[in-house]
Amino acid sequence: MNQMSCPRTGFSRRGFMIGIAGMTFAIAAGEEWFANAATEAPGAAGTAFNPWVSIATTGAISIISPATEMGQGSLTSLPLIVAEELDADWSKVVVVPAPPIDKIYGNPGFGGVMHTASSAAVTGFFTDLRTFGAQVRAVLLDNVAKQWNVSLAELSTEPSVVVHAKSGRRIGYGDIVAFAEIPAVAPDIQPESLKKTSDFRLIGHDVMRIELPTKVNGSATYAIDVQVPGMIYGAVLRSPVEGGAPDTLDDAAAKAVAGVIDVVRLPYGIGVLAQTPWAAFDAQSALESGVTWQRSGKAWGFDSDEALDAFAADARNLNMPTSVDWFKQGDAEAALTQAATGIEAEYRCHYAYHAQMEPLNTVASVSAAGDAAEVWCGTQYPTAAQAAAARALNIPAEKVKLNYTLLGGGFGRRGDYDQEFVVDAVLMSKSARRPVKVMWTREDDVHNGHFRPITAHYLRAGLDASGKLIAYNQRVVGDRVLPFEDPPRFHGNHDRDYLLMNGVELASYDIPNQYGGQIPRDTGIRTCPLRGIGFTANKFVVEAFLDEVALKRGADPVEFRLQLLRNTPRGQKVLQRVAEMADWSRKRDNTALGCAFIDYNDTLISGVAEVSVDHSTGEIKVQNFWCVVDCGIAVQPDNVVAQFEGGIVYGLGLALTEEISIRDGAVQQNNFYDYRVMRMNDLPEIHVEVIPTDNHPTGVGQMPVPIVAPAVNNAVAQLTGVRLRESPMTPDRVKKALG
Amino acid sequence: MAFQFTVNGATVSVDAPAATPLLWVIREELKLTGTKFGCGVGLCGACVVHIDSKRAFSCQMQVSNVAGRQVTTIEGLSPDSSHPVQRAWLAERVPQCGYCQSGQIMSAVDLLQRKPHPTRAEIVEQMSGHICRCGTYRRILRAIERASRES
Repeated sequence: MNQMSCPRTGFSRRGFMIGIAGMTFAIAAGEEWFANAATEAPGAAGTAFNPWVSIATTGAISIISPATEMGQGSLTSLPLIVAEELDADWSKVVVVPAPPIDKIYGNPGFGGVMHTASSAAVTGFFTDLRTFGAQVRAVLLDNVAKQWNVSLAELSTEPSVVVHAKSGRRIGYGDIVAFAEIPAVAPDIQPESLKKTSDFRLIGHDVMRIELPTKVNGSATYAIDVQVPGMIYGAVLRSPVEGGAPDTLDDAAAKAVAGVIDVVRLPYGIGVLAQTPWAAFDAQSALESGVTWQRSGKAWGFDSDEALDAFAADARNLNMPTSVDWFKQGDAEAALTQAATGIEAEYRCHYAYHAQMEPLNTVASVSAAGDAAEVWCGTQYPTAAQAAAARALNIPAEKVKLNYTLLGGGFGRRGDYDQEFVVDAVLMSKSARRPVKVMWTREDDVHNGHFRPITAHYLRAGLDASGKLIAYNQRVVGDRVLPFEDPPRFHGNHDRDYLLMNGVELASYDIPNQYGGQIPRDTGIRTCPLRGIGFTANKFVVEAFLDEVALKRGADPVEFRLQLLRNTPRGQKVLQRVAEMADWSRKRDNTALGCAFIDYNDTLISGVAEVSVDHSTGEIKVQNFWCVVDCGIAVQPDNVVAQFEGGIVYGLGLALTEEISIRDGAVQQNNFYDYRVMRMNDLPEIHVEVIPTDNHPTGVGQMPVPIVAPAVNNAVAQLTGVRLRESPMTPDRVKKALG
Repeated sequence: MAFQFTVNGATVSVDAPAATPLLWVIREELKLTGTKFGCGVGLCGACVVHIDSKRAFSCQMQVSNVAGRQVTTIEGLSPDSSHPVQRAWLAERVPQCGYCQSGQIMSAVDLLQRKPHPTRAEIVEQMSGHICRCGTYRRILRAIERASRES
């Protein structure tokens, strides 16, 4: 189940329909792919009704899941949406991971590519998957109507059964397959014929995530677990600085390690091939003193603290124009000039690392002639992984058979266009002429991380004589993300770096004059979306700044935001609810509360933190965190809660301890002893509530992360009277700020 | 050099350099891949197994140290996921990505074997040797309390 393969050939199908209402798929890959894809799971052979659903005469229903599974639950939630409208008996559903074909299985809400990112799976696929399920149900009903010679209107369905109430006849979906004729063109399904939310049997009702039982007994398979016959092991020592290349090489010590087969020069590093993983890692260590590096690449000499100082100076320097207008509403400059009261502030955010628990790795088997390959990897972007392997070998993508597995965490790290951990394995296997498993050590994973960028923010606000917030202006100077992470997508987005800038705009707040502008920087440091993307920095900054504005006005921070949310009733509701949960107005001894609100791709979130501060150590202790979310229809409500609990933990790490620093272009941290993430003994009590609404479902995976830092920051300001202006809010920074 | 020991009740003989980390022997030689590599320095707990019924960070154990001893991995905990801790893990829907959970479960079992009814503080102390990057800690806590209650 959890190890997935490209379709095999040789499946004979009865036929199937394609397309959703008003749309036809472009079929480039060949129809066989659909049919085979839909019956890939063991024991799930049957009739393919469309590229998403096939039904066997046994009643087993195979449903394709088009997203990769990294713990967020899409492997279950997406097929569940199809099953809802199909009226399938969920216990008879077999989930089949989609083969890497963007044209069929790409996310319509994410540029039509198979890229599991941006918490966009459920929201992007929701309507189409419902339609695909409803189409198959319509075909089943139509076939039964003809077979029994009854009116279609007299038929209904119960889970996996068509019912003719008038005569009491019933027939299971599997039995219909025996005589089903499948139309060449998909039936037209109008949105109003889809189920009402009150009729949902599956959506909104928790089911066991399909792969969960394999995650308590060790049988879940991640890429690092893959073993193929004849496989050897590889490790790669990369240039300490992005873009660097090996210069001189003395590999005598590495080759002297027992079990080492070969040392391979790669364009960006030195690889070791060995009989065992420990031999490969020993030899990798032995190489460190034997390699010198060409100082190619931009980041040599780069220092992250110096860079951030320079960024901050540029952000504040109003003579330096922004070169990208990210968001503009009204005339913020003019309004600032007219304002009765002006407030300004500066904030900074540091690099951060994903720290997914499974260090990057890939298994590759390249043909002896180098003209074909099979790859096993854990990726958020299967079609990019396939393309990256093909580019590295200079062969067509269809010559790469891609097997994608469960991911031991993603958080954005496994979604970059370059998929360099895949390239490692194919280059090493090509050199070895046999299958190779290349594994990164944790130190490799940290040193060669792709990071949340550094940013400096300069904010100004203007209040009119009545105290109304009439102007908001934010200038962001930051390391660009999208041009490094995914150049084609950057150009496809009109060169707008939303991964850096999202969240600067304040769409839910009634502030008539707003401006968010970017001064882009390209430092040569690898940057990447990290769970929460630009929202994490930008909402930290904005929500802390708004508290400064509220305090300046003498307003209660919750009341102040409720007024700003006057045109966003759903936003008011989540904020009011979290204030109730936290007993917002009750004063505490030795602790204080801080609140924040964010709108994140139409998911509305509020949070309240209760903190204490140890003045002698500078340590912030978060005692409680309350959080309320409205994500529209919660397809799997308990999973929404789980994602929020986990996202709050992730956000706490980014807010309090997690920081990557760079000296002379190289990462200074190594492992979990100097990159500190949250553990069980760091945690507050976490209280999450989901407000169910009938709105289109929106994302939940990364949405809670950005709510944490501003709520904590505001609580610390309430408690101490001191505003912290840098994230993470580490003990040394807190101590320094407290004086 | 060959080392003989017991894994999940079966005697095995492994020919490897004495300093080879037990983790890699378990994963790549014995092909029991439920035990995971996370940090290699004993800080994340993904590699936790039992040696002679007590928890051990297998990335920090050399194969020579386990000669003649009994190793239990997640695969040996129960034949059918029926161990009370595994059942509690599913009941509380603990795993997200799942990568760290074998080690977490082995540590939880170790705790409950020594202390069938641990206090919350004792659970936190034992489990803070682990990292779950998905942040499932609160469910882990609940699952251990459930297993303690129900077993």
